[in-house]
Amino acid sequence: MKVTIVDYNSGNISSVINSFKEVAKDKVNIEVTSDLNKIKSSDKVVLPGQGSFKSCVEALNNINGLSDTLNDFAITNKKPLLGICVGLQMFADVGYEETETKGLGWISGKVSKINNQDGKFKLPHIGWNQINIVKDSKIFKHIVNNSHMYFVHSYEFVPNDKKVISATTDYSSNIVCSVEKENIFGTQFHPEKSDKMGLKIIDNFINL
Amino acid sequence: MLKNRIIPCLDVKNGRVVKGINFVDLKDAGDPVEQAKIYSDGGADEICFLDITASNEKRDIIYDVVEKTSKKCFVPLTVGGGIKSVEDINKLLNCGADKVSINTAAVENSKVVIDSSKKFGSQCIVVAIDAKKNGDKWEVFTHGGRNNSGIDALEYAKLMEKNGAGELLITSMDRDGTQVGYDIDLMSKISSKVNIPVIASGGVGNLDHLVDGIKLGKASAVLAASIFHYGKHSIKEAKEYLDSKGIPVRI
Repeated sequence: MKVTIVDYNSGNISSVINSFKEVAKDKVNIEVTSDLNKIKSSDKVVLPGQGSFKSCVEALNNINGLSDTLNDFAITNKKPLLGICVGLQMFADVGYEETETKGLGWISGKVSKINNQDGKFKLPHIGWNQINIVKDSKIFKHIVNNSHMYFVHSYEFVPNDKKVISATTDYSSNIVCSVEKENIFGTQFHPEKSDKMGLKIIDNFINL
Repeated sequence: MLKNRIIPCLDVKNGRVVKGINFVDLKDAGDPVEQAKIYSDGGADEICFLDITASNEKRDIIYDVVEKTSKKCFVPLTVGGGIKSVEDINKLLNCGADKVSINTAAVENSKVVIDSSKKFGSQCIVVAIDAKKNGDKWEVFTHGGRNNSGIDALEYAKLMEKNGAGELLITSMDRDGTQVGYDIDLMSKISSKVNIPVIASGGVGNLDHLVDGIKLGKASAVLAASIFHYGKHSIKEAKEYLDSKGIPVRI
């Protein structure tokens, strides 16, 4: 089994690498690369992402053929893919951070700024918040409802089809924090920084 | 509901913890990696390292410490102290830090905050402000509190938000080390002035001070060093106390 973390200059991914290696131990091979052939031959792919929607999409497009390769992997071949934070946001059709930017279009919807009720709530939404699991997701196996996860973001994914939502969290509004559509998984929170429960989610994904 | 965070801070000098937890079962009381692990296992919401290494030759030790810690602690790790450039930040993040806190460099060269928040995202840029009261205002100090920049702390906080800071770590120099509590007036004024989260620091002597920092100081997170060292209070005790006072915490 080979799990690839896509390294496409999307900001700091060392914590993602550390957490996957911790969970995988010696049983699963964790590869960190942007090599298209290595991605193609993987069993699972992790798409991290930090910074802005625009900067991540640009970084992805800067690597020739990467977006097509990911599309083949997740959409054509329907192999498991996990997006984390902006990695999840990029599933959308469009994002509005900095400027309007086209996303991967895998899950119809948009990424817009969290409505913080005219400054009543601080942004970014930083810290530990509870997730309300609204749908049985394969990555939530043995995850207790209302578990705490670590968040840091100012933008939220608003999918058109609410059936893809697997968990939400309450802040200034009800925020989508996890999605599952067939073989595509995403978390707005950072499982790699969410202690034991976060590592369990990573374990669930690796063991799909 | 978003929880208020408790952040223990460890001072690290030449790769060793200067003040730390004094547990008898610790194999090596000076090992920052082991201490950070104890805090994260105990429920710390984040871990903060403040590198106070003075000599330049030994500054690289912190990278090794961060790398080892990030392989054992799976909660956010913030590293501050001596950061001068975007390149320093890049190195710390590559070693596994999740956030960096920038102090003197942010005062001396505003481009460091602007450039690094653009490059790495605001989520990993914490601006640390050391403020000292002068008359009816607070002034920003640099170089570990030795130099007075004369800059108004409230105006500066607003500017740092504009420049791209994701959080502000506010230390009252009047209170730091006194154990008489946070400067509540300073914390609440800055927190009301900016839209980004404020972490209160400096002066914690007991658990009520943590409560005050959040309830009165309007801080999103409270940072403390000495009350968690030497086993005076555990993170768990602090959280249970905050919970009993109606403050939302992760238990």
